[in-house]
Amino acid sequence: MEKNKKLYWKGIEQLNKEPEFEKFLNKEFPEYLPINGGKEENSGSSRRDFLKLMGFSVAAASLAACEAPVRKAIPYLNKPVEVNPGIPNYYASTYVNGGDYCSVVVKTREGRPIKVDGNKLSKVSGGGTLPQVQASVLSLYDQERLPAPSIGGEKSTWEEIDNQIKTKLASISAKGGKIAIVSKTILSPTTLKVIEEFKENYPETDLVIYDPISSSGMLKANQLTFGQRLLPNYSFDKADVIVSFSADFLGTWINPVKFSSDFTKTRKLDDKKKTMSRLYAFESNLSLTGANADYRVAVRASKEGLLVSNLYNELLKKAGLTTIRTSSVEELPAIQKAANDLWKAKGKSLVVSGSNDENVQLIVNKINDLLGNYGKTLDITAPAKFRQGNEGEMDSFISQLSAGRVNGVIFLGCNPVYDHPKGAEIKAGLEKAELSVSTSDRKDETAALTGYIAPDHHYLESWNDAEPVAGSYSLTQPVISPLFNTRQAGESLLKWTGNDQTYYDYLMAIWRSGLYANQSDVLDFQTFWDKTLHDGVYTPPMGESTDETDVTSESTVDIQTAINNISKNYKAENSENELVLYEKIAVGDGTHANNPWLQEMPDPISKACWDNYLTVSQSWAEANGVKMVEAKSKLGVLTIDGQEIKVPILVQPGQAEGTFGLAVGYGRTSAGKVGNGIGINAYPFIQKNNNYYSLARFEGIQVVATDEIYEIAQTQTHHTFMGRAVIQEANLSEYQKDPAAGRESIHIATSEALARELGLEKGEVPPGALTLWKGHEYPNHHWAMAIDLNSCTGCGSCTIACQAENNVPVVGKQEVINRREMHWIRIDRYYSSDAPKDDRLGLEVPSSNPEVTFMPMLCQQCNNAPCETVCPVAATTHSTEGLNQMTYNRCIGTRYCANNCPYKVRRFNWFKYHDNKQFDTNLPMNNDLGKMVLNPDVTVRSRGVMEKCTFCVQRIQAGKLEAKKEGRRPTDDDINTACASACPTGGIVFGDLKDPNSEVAKLLKFKEEEKFQKVEEPRAYNVLEEINVKPNIWYFTKIRNKDEKLA
Amino acid sequence: MKVSSCCWRLTSLAFTLLFLLISNISFAQEAGDSEIPSDESVISSGETLFNNNCRVCHAVHEQVVGPALNEVYVRRPLPWLQEFIKNSQKVIQGGDEYAVNLYNQFNKTEMPSFDFSNEEVLSILAYVKSETEKGPAVAQTTDAAGGEGVAAQPGSTVDSGFVTAILIALLVVLVLILVVLGILISVVTKYIKQKSELNETDQEIVDQKFSLIKLAKSPGFIWIVTFVFTAIVLKTVIDGLLTVGVQAGYAPTQPIAFSHKLHAGDFEIDCNYCHTGVRISKNANIPSPNICMNCHSGINKVTGATESSKEIQKIYDAIENNEPIRWVRVHNLPDLAYFNHSQHVKVGGIECQTCHGPVETMEVVQQSTSLTMGWCIDCHRKTEINSQGNEYYDKLVELHSETSKDPMVVEDIGGLECAKCHY
Repeated sequence: MEKNKKLYWKGIEQLNKEPEFEKFLNKEFPEYLPINGGKEENSGSSRRDFLKLMGFSVAAASLAACEAPVRKAIPYLNKPVEVNPGIPNYYASTYVNGGDYCSVVVKTREGRPIKVDGNKLSKVSGGGTLPQVQASVLSLYDQERLPAPSIGGEKSTWEEIDNQIKTKLASISAKGGKIAIVSKTILSPTTLKVIEEFKENYPETDLVIYDPISSSGMLKANQLTFGQRLLPNYSFDKADVIVSFSADFLGTWINPVKFSSDFTKTRKLDDKKKTMSRLYAFESNLSLTGANADYRVAVRASKEGLLVSNLYNELLKKAGLTTIRTSSVEELPAIQKAANDLWKAKGKSLVVSGSNDENVQLIVNKINDLLGNYGKTLDITAPAKFRQGNEGEMDSFISQLSAGRVNGVIFLGCNPVYDHPKGAEIKAGLEKAELSVSTSDRKDETAALTGYIAPDHHYLESWNDAEPVAGSYSLTQPVISPLFNTRQAGESLLKWTGNDQTYYDYLMAIWRSGLYANQSDVLDFQTFWDKTLHDGVYTPPMGESTDETDVTSESTVDIQTAINNISKNYKAENSENELVLYEKIAVGDGTHANNPWLQEMPDPISKACWDNYLTVSQSWAEANGVKMVEAKSKLGVLTIDGQEIKVPILVQPGQAEGTFGLAVGYGRTSAGKVGNGIGINAYPFIQKNNNYYSLARFEGIQVVATDEIYEIAQTQTHHTFMGRAVIQEANLSEYQKDPAAGRESIHIATSEALARELGLEKGEVPPGALTLWKGHEYPNHHWAMAIDLNSCTGCGSCTIACQAENNVPVVGKQEVINRREMHWIRIDRYYSSDAPKDDRLGLEVPSSNPEVTFMPMLCQQCNNAPCETVCPVAATTHSTEGLNQMTYNRCIGTRYCANNCPYKVRRFNWFKYHDNKQFDTNLPMNNDLGKMVLNPDVTVRSRGVMEKCTFCVQRIQAGKLEAKKEGRRPTDDDINTACASACPTGGIVFGDLKDPNSEVAKLLKFKEEEKFQKVEEPRAYNVLEEINVKPNIWYFTKIRNKDEKLA
Repeated sequence: MKVSSCCWRLTSLAFTLLFLLISNISFAQEAGDSEIPSDESVISSGETLFNNNCRVCHAVHEQVVGPALNEVYVRRPLPWLQEFIKNSQKVIQGGDEYAVNLYNQFNKTEMPSFDFSNEEVLSILAYVKSETEKGPAVAQTTDAAGGEGVAAQPGSTVDSGFVTAILIALLVVLVLILVVLGILISVVTKYIKQKSELNETDQEIVDQKFSLIKLAKSPGFIWIVTFVFTAIVLKTVIDGLLTVGVQAGYAPTQPIAFSHKLHAGDFEIDCNYCHTGVRISKNANIPSPNICMNCHSGINKVTGATESSKEIQKIYDAIENNEPIRWVRVHNLPDLAYFNHSQHVKVGGIECQTCHGPVETMEVVQQSTSLTMGWCIDCHRKTEINSQGNEYYDKLVELHSETSKDPMVVEDIGGLECAKCHY
């Protein structure tokens, strides 16, 4: 077996062996970090303090002993039949945020939603979730939500606000004034009906839809190509070759949760399926998609159009058609290679582009048509509706508003003052409108300027429907009664229309006359409704879909004009700096900026949280003397159109030369306590390019590094593996020859005699052959996990799911900088370098476009656990089910265990994070409302206690109990960890190795013979096998689909 | 030299005597022979059977619904007992004089038939016998009725009376030794004094006068006193600390003077009827007033009373005012301990009374057990798994029986592991 020659490193400082980094490399808890928030210089406590404390605690203890607190038990007055205290209820619902969609199942306890998971019945979201969906339950309990409607900033009542708005609407309507309803993408057909009704009442009403990250150009291109202003429905699972031009379809583009799950289906390997898809990514910023690509080409954004036209040209050549005229680019070999692969996979390929340029998208459509992908990997008969924004309409609304020609404006749960490039214009124009209403749930940047705020419910309090893809419906149902005096936006519109129906009745009526009437399977409406509500999703019976029209052939697209426009607007050579804006997977468009779970989630690529920053290429950093050491970086000055903005700099391997990345979604000023004042707002930097808002700017950008030090809260270099190889990987061609390719069989040094004694050759003795450990017997269960590095896209859903399930505290930016983040499961992101391990000089030059591997790292539940042996109070012990138990109430906080953990997965509670004003960003534990999100089955840990992943032992116990009550053995369906059930790609599989029918036992090919356990799957390996701690988590080798020669 | 060897001989003699005495006692114990086994495991399985089947109507030392069972194995022969327990009506109808008398004496209350094997009857009798020999439980608030099974000391067949006897005997022997030693010393001193060929130092030792002050000042004495004092203080402090937060006997006044004795005792309403969660959930549930109203919509006064009850009126008020009843929680577990009722009641088949005491006799509910971790652990060490007919345990029982003959208790399948209750 050939040894993996690659060196893996987690940060440039590790690669460069910065002395400051090396100094603290071996320390789990470096002493220089402050305990008292860095404020107190002399933190030593005197003998007097000790005595005082002693005296106080003795007094406190004796007082406590005198009288136990009286606790009340208050039962329901009239217990609802379906609610039983202690037993969770699950309801199907739908998460919608503008055009972002996910069908979900909500877990409630005693009537409080506490956890959101994917709905496996949904074909549109595929049963997985992304971090924003996981975190959405916390937004429900956000204190910053408006408790009641308000008029001119004063608290008011619904009668009052309805009367005033209705009067104003009537007066505007009477004089023929203009009314605009501004919204992000609307997926709900019923809401659209309500708006129709509103329009009938007030005929001068326009519905204006925009998307913060606009897809208007793409929609226009599709309209030109297919005659419909819609998005095709992509099937990544049917594609063998995928080429993405800056479309981050695994992270933030259109419907990433489904795309991730579909894409990963093509990446899974087993004995029967030894082929996988190949992904090419051309992009400037290193995105999740780029990180998962087999071939990633870092390109300037200014080249994107040309790359697409060149690809089209290459494919035309292959098809034997007349080529087009286009300027050549230096990346042509890569384009040709992609073209070769695409051509070989005709009808089973997919080309996508994240561009908002009509011309680029027209050519992408042409390419897919040329490849015969329509009807196969792209479906336009059932188009998707995730993005509906129309820039033209929005622009004309803004200019009319500025001109004072819009009399009334209703913002339907959107915040364009913040998240539209022309936010400032809207802000100025709003003063000229007679009537301005916002249905935002909080006093955000836009709502603060409107005369009326009619706060909407959170989606977990609402009734609604959604049709994200034509012919696929889903319902949103409330799982808690409204926490505040809020009202559903749809109902508000109905009220203002003069319709006093509740939105619920309205919704039911629409469904009764529409979808129910159009089917004949169920003969009474209640049954139909209940079933749909139960499932959460509904697909009408087939037969009514429109005829499959071959729209592509009849398209009247002038491709030459598009090509000309591209040649005009894009440059093969650009010497200027380019700025490329992007969305982060956690914070997204900034709507959820006040959600501390999302703010603290490390970005999968940069591993930074609580900030946005300018990502720069390594060569730029070197040239400008910027070095990142221990997350300490420099502040830079970004100059755009003469405006100077200070922004921290983050050195990002893989960043295309000459480009700078900056995330939108930050710089909120009215999001709330958590989200305000974090980073800078990048939306105003979006400007038009080729008539459409473009995330990239090709000129007029200047970046200067200052000498000011800035600390970025980065978790990247905190958990080092001391340079040991933990990633084992191979190329597909090697895997096909030998499934164990890439596996490093680790051997220990023994004498020849000893080896002979063991019946082995010298140098062939595996680490487990000689052991001081007695091992454990697992008579009942043996919990284990299999993590497929090929399936992990790094999205981070597991991190947030774990945080929600296990009451993991949020520690805030400063504590992350102090390396005290608490996440029980982290995604380690490893860059690799092609230089051999001993080539120190080669390593001096970091790879400019490194390969990336994601590795979810959590407690490995070692069988020979090093933490257990060093605990002086036996607070961490081994169970007969293979679990490494952590008993908080026994822990005295010596931190020996964390020091001895080779995987660095133990977390110490340096502070009391609950009920502590110092940690007021920790919303779930610091106010009564936030506390409602806590999982009542899991302890909230206190200061001075070690904690770590428990394999969701509360779920294990609950699942076992359910099985015992029914007198059977538990199965995979009974027990799953939060991370595994949140994973959109099925990359984490959890189960009982003792159960031969469990998926994990089958995946690992687990064999058990007389005290001898064996994992026969050749791809499966333990991390740090050489130290013989025998983890219960196996990783499957990463397989890349590269050409044989290049591997 | 001589003195000490003489002392040693005497002491060893005393101990030998003592040992013989103790062995005699234990022999005497086992001599009271009958067909009833005295095996620990049999007694414990008998206890389970007794608790699950007989306890409702019988107690060992007092008459409940049926007669007290102490020494029942003496009163009636074994075959009769077996027959009667299996089908009492058959025996009565068969005209057995003793049975008919008993039937009449207890107001013709029928004892239901039990489908026990002879061994099972024997095990119940073994339990009854062991209880009989223990004598009636000392009236304690904490361990009174519900706690027997839990509070019993494992393996201690020797009665506490014997222990006292042994201790007194030991004391007498020690005093005797002391007296003998004293006499010996004075005799020896006299003897030595008569021989006056001692050197100076020896003379000094012989002339030594016994002085209390000197003894009190001697380092040995001071050390012993200090040690004893410290030990007593420490023991008191530790005992005190161990009771911090232990609320055994806690019987707070409730907003409504609800009587479990009346509802569960006299009217025999099943616990599940009101505490609906006990078989399905972690929480047993305090009933919501709508459950009370199932009966109390028609009942608004206490039996025999002419006026409607003020206490019952409180339920009506709660519903009318839309104000829930704020009961005071009696059984409080710390948040760090996870306890699930359904695991114990539905799966484990544990009676409510095992932990909550004889609630059906309580006017005001009180916490009758300590609810400490030690108490939990103790029970997990002793309680047999209710594995009958539960496929979950099949393989475990099989594995357990391969290695052990003892019944499979909770401890054997990881019931003492931290993460069973703490997470």
